[in-house]
Amino acid sequence: MLSVIFTWKTKNLCLRRCSSTLLFIGLFYISTVPVLAQTLTEASVSPLQSLAENLTSKKKDIRIQAIDELAASGDERVGVWLNALLEGQLYKRKSDGVIVIAKKSGKLYALTDADTNVPLEEVKKRALSKISINNAIRTKLRGLLSILSLKNPDPEKREAAITQLVGKVGIDAMPSIRDMYETETDARVKQQLRLLISVHDLDNGDSQQQADALAYADGNMNQSLINALRTLSLQAEDDSTRALASELVEKAEVKLKWYARVETVFFGISLGSVLVVAAIGLAITFGVMGVINMAHGELIMLGAYTTYFIQRLFPNTIEYSLFMAIPAAFLVSGFVGILIERGVIKHLYGRPLETLLATFGISLMLQQLVRTFVSSQNVAVINPSWMSGSWVVNPALSLTLNRLIIIGFCLLVFALLLLLFNRSGFGLQMRAVAQNREMARAMGIRSSRVDALTFGLGSGIAGIAGVALSQLGNVGPNLGQNYIIDSFMVVVFGGVGNLWGTLVAGMTLGIANKVVEPWFGAVIAKVLILVFIIIFIQHRPRGLFPQRGRAAEG
Amino acid sequence: MITEKLNLKLNGSALLLALSLGSSGTAFAQDDTIKVGVLHSLSGTMAISETTLKDTMLMLIDEQNKKGGLLGKKLEAVVVDPASDWPLFAEKARELVEIEGVAATFGCWTSVSRKSVLPVFEELNSPLFYPVQYEGEESSKNVFYTGAAPNQQAIPAVDYLMDEIGAERWILAGTDYVYPRTTNKILEAYLMGKGVSADDIMINYTPFGHSDWQSIVSEIKKFGSAGKKTAVVSTVNGDANVPFYKELANQGVSAEDIPVIAFSVGEEELSGFDTEPLVGHLAAWNYFMSVVDETNDEFIEAWQAFIGSEDRVTNDPMEAHYIGFNMWVKAVEKAGTIDADAVEQAIIGVSVPNLSGGYSTMMPNHHITKPVLIGEIQDDGQFDIVWETSGLVAGDAWSDFLPDSASLISDWRAPMACGNFDVSKGTCSGQNL
Repeated sequence: MLSVIFTWKTKNLCLRRCSSTLLFIGLFYISTVPVLAQTLTEASVSPLQSLAENLTSKKKDIRIQAIDELAASGDERVGVWLNALLEGQLYKRKSDGVIVIAKKSGKLYALTDADTNVPLEEVKKRALSKISINNAIRTKLRGLLSILSLKNPDPEKREAAITQLVGKVGIDAMPSIRDMYETETDARVKQQLRLLISVHDLDNGDSQQQADALAYADGNMNQSLINALRTLSLQAEDDSTRALASELVEKAEVKLKWYARVETVFFGISLGSVLVVAAIGLAITFGVMGVINMAHGELIMLGAYTTYFIQRLFPNTIEYSLFMAIPAAFLVSGFVGILIERGVIKHLYGRPLETLLATFGISLMLQQLVRTFVSSQNVAVINPSWMSGSWVVNPALSLTLNRLIIIGFCLLVFALLLLLFNRSGFGLQMRAVAQNREMARAMGIRSSRVDALTFGLGSGIAGIAGVALSQLGNVGPNLGQNYIIDSFMVVVFGGVGNLWGTLVAGMTLGIANKVVEPWFGAVIAKVLILVFIIIFIQHRPRGLFPQRGRAAEG
Repeated sequence: MITEKLNLKLNGSALLLALSLGSSGTAFAQDDTIKVGVLHSLSGTMAISETTLKDTMLMLIDEQNKKGGLLGKKLEAVVVDPASDWPLFAEKARELVEIEGVAATFGCWTSVSRKSVLPVFEELNSPLFYPVQYEGEESSKNVFYTGAAPNQQAIPAVDYLMDEIGAERWILAGTDYVYPRTTNKILEAYLMGKGVSADDIMINYTPFGHSDWQSIVSEIKKFGSAGKKTAVVSTVNGDANVPFYKELANQGVSAEDIPVIAFSVGEEELSGFDTEPLVGHLAAWNYFMSVVDETNDEFIEAWQAFIGSEDRVTNDPMEAHYIGFNMWVKAVEKAGTIDADAVEQAIIGVSVPNLSGGYSTMMPNHHITKPVLIGEIQDDGQFDIVWETSGLVAGDAWSDFLPDSASLISDWRAPMACGNFDVSKGTCSGQNL
């Protein structure tokens, strides 16, 4: 019987000082005891149900102990149970005290029998009480589950399990880990096992193992490995090992620094794309039409609220909600934009100050409307799972998915707008009206209709921006205020009337902000950027890409 | 930066709006009523937090009237809207005391609003009950601090992280204004006193409503990867929290690796979050809705019935108003009058039930005794209480960990009646701050 005892060093609790054995988990005979599991007839009580009372105990210690007992029971369903517990899907049915797995489906909860995996009837939340877990239990469960999944047939699961265990495996478990390394066939899992072994050997291995580990550590950027190297460079007995270790640490740090720079640029581009997304609608209404639209931020807010309502209306399709929200937000904000243009701005063309005041008033009204009819509280917009998490490029660099998607989205919207402007009849009309209204009218263009549609387009794009921004921050009545000034800043800096200017300006400001931020902090970084823009505008009042020709004088 | 400027402008215009609407709370002065002022923003940026407290006060006053009022008279709430505009707070406070003649006022949320009304209440000698956790370093004859002082929230939270979680490296992250700055100063001194080296403390400030946390989270990640257990103590305020937690989750920082303990995230704030990325992170308060206690159940039931929704949550500042209001009622009954001086003397030493199964007492320094609870955020937006102080903690107006205030004490009982008595010199400077 293959029985492995893992010694957890549980660094979190006692760090390196105490290498005392804290936990013994003898678990590995699971695969070899189905015989036992089969002999249990259905009538007999499963370990889960017999531990029900302790698992739902109010005292944390008793719950933790119950989990240990459950794990040690050797039942083949332990993995399923522990996983359900970790996911928060393990409930006690109040009517009979039986532990079930429950998943929310609509307003009710769909139950499955935890022992037999047979679906049971749906119940209301009130009929269940959840087995709550906290950080201590969560850490415990993850550890137990990783040990269980070391034998998982799915290489990805094995890899994840080993990653969890790096730096946490005690010396007693090493022989079996080394065996596992020898027999492992999947290259990536093998790589991860090598890492696990090396981290251990740097600390506790014999001289040959240590040398192997040092050879492996050369050029590796894993943080646990670097920490182990750092300890070694201070504590190793012979000088040459110490020197080698510190040399490797230095080498890794140089590499890390380089990736940190790449990361900063990514952060900058990502911030820049947020600025561009928020500003690009304004680049149309303010840049092309010359309307100072203070309600631009609120049009963004309406787009974000549209996302919220779409998610509320279709709670079962959260994953696709954004694809529905984009056209919906475009229509809602575009429609409100056209209303504003037809109702107010139309009467104020050529009077910028009045336009500013009127649209400012509209922005306050829109905010208060939302406060009154929706809620003064922020509302919860859910991130679809494909927008969460990050893409791990290497141990030193991982790019968050929501940011990557928003960068892509920003570029897509920009490209589409550019096409519309330069390659379509409507775009031609828009440019014509913007450049010379009288001449355009003389050519037979209905300028007032073009005005309304252009404003609607800019507003609709603001709505789309709202969908994107709802994935990054709060959705509340004040959302628009947070973006309006930044948007104006980007458009003015880029040069009024130029879409390319908006793109370049947004990206420049984003990257500059992120480069400055680590040195001076977020508050000063923002101040410095503003100072820079003030000085820049003083010298080039028309921005980065000024409009040339007759229109510029108009 | 510039967004804040705009906020001010917006508040300015909200002011006009509020001025025109503000008189709605006015009523004829009648001899058979006692007026109670409610000074909470119902519009503007702070409406998000303060509207609930206004409703709490209306409920408490309503309940007291059902019990027969106070001194045989009916209580009457006078609600004004200072519209998240700090100077307007002072104007509205004056209106409440001078024109309406309220016996006591319950209100304010931000420290700056409290600082703005403080001179008014001192000049007109009328009591104010302030229900929110704050930075301390203040003591006023007329203000009763029913929220937590730093030693009732921040210090126990750090103790918990140090003793129970084993944290050795600290990140103090806050929004850039007075409460986080002072709290972090106290915490830094406290940590240094506990032997934490300066290299193991990182302090970071962000502007209000900060939404781009990428670089900071990346820094936190790097700071926390040095092999020592790292924890974040967050005084990040309001709206900036959602993007902060989202970024933490996206960059793969889990509560098990680097726990974040927050002082400004409660049930009410969580109801506007997608709680998924927050699960397991911590908060320190003196009350959680999930406290198992009969008084608490009754309060929740009464609140949800009053507001007409079973989805509404209760939170710590609401409990503070509950305690403060009941203390005031008891003190008025004890004094037999609503006269400010008599009530202010009578209230010291008054004990009323709090919502976590014990009693809170008003101390001579106008702070109250409370238990400190640490909760872990659950996916339903509630807190699982993982730790609490063994007894009640008395609020300390002047922190013992700041050199300037270590020797100061506050005692408003009769012959001494001094808010900042310097024990080392034996003098009362007679001034706030």
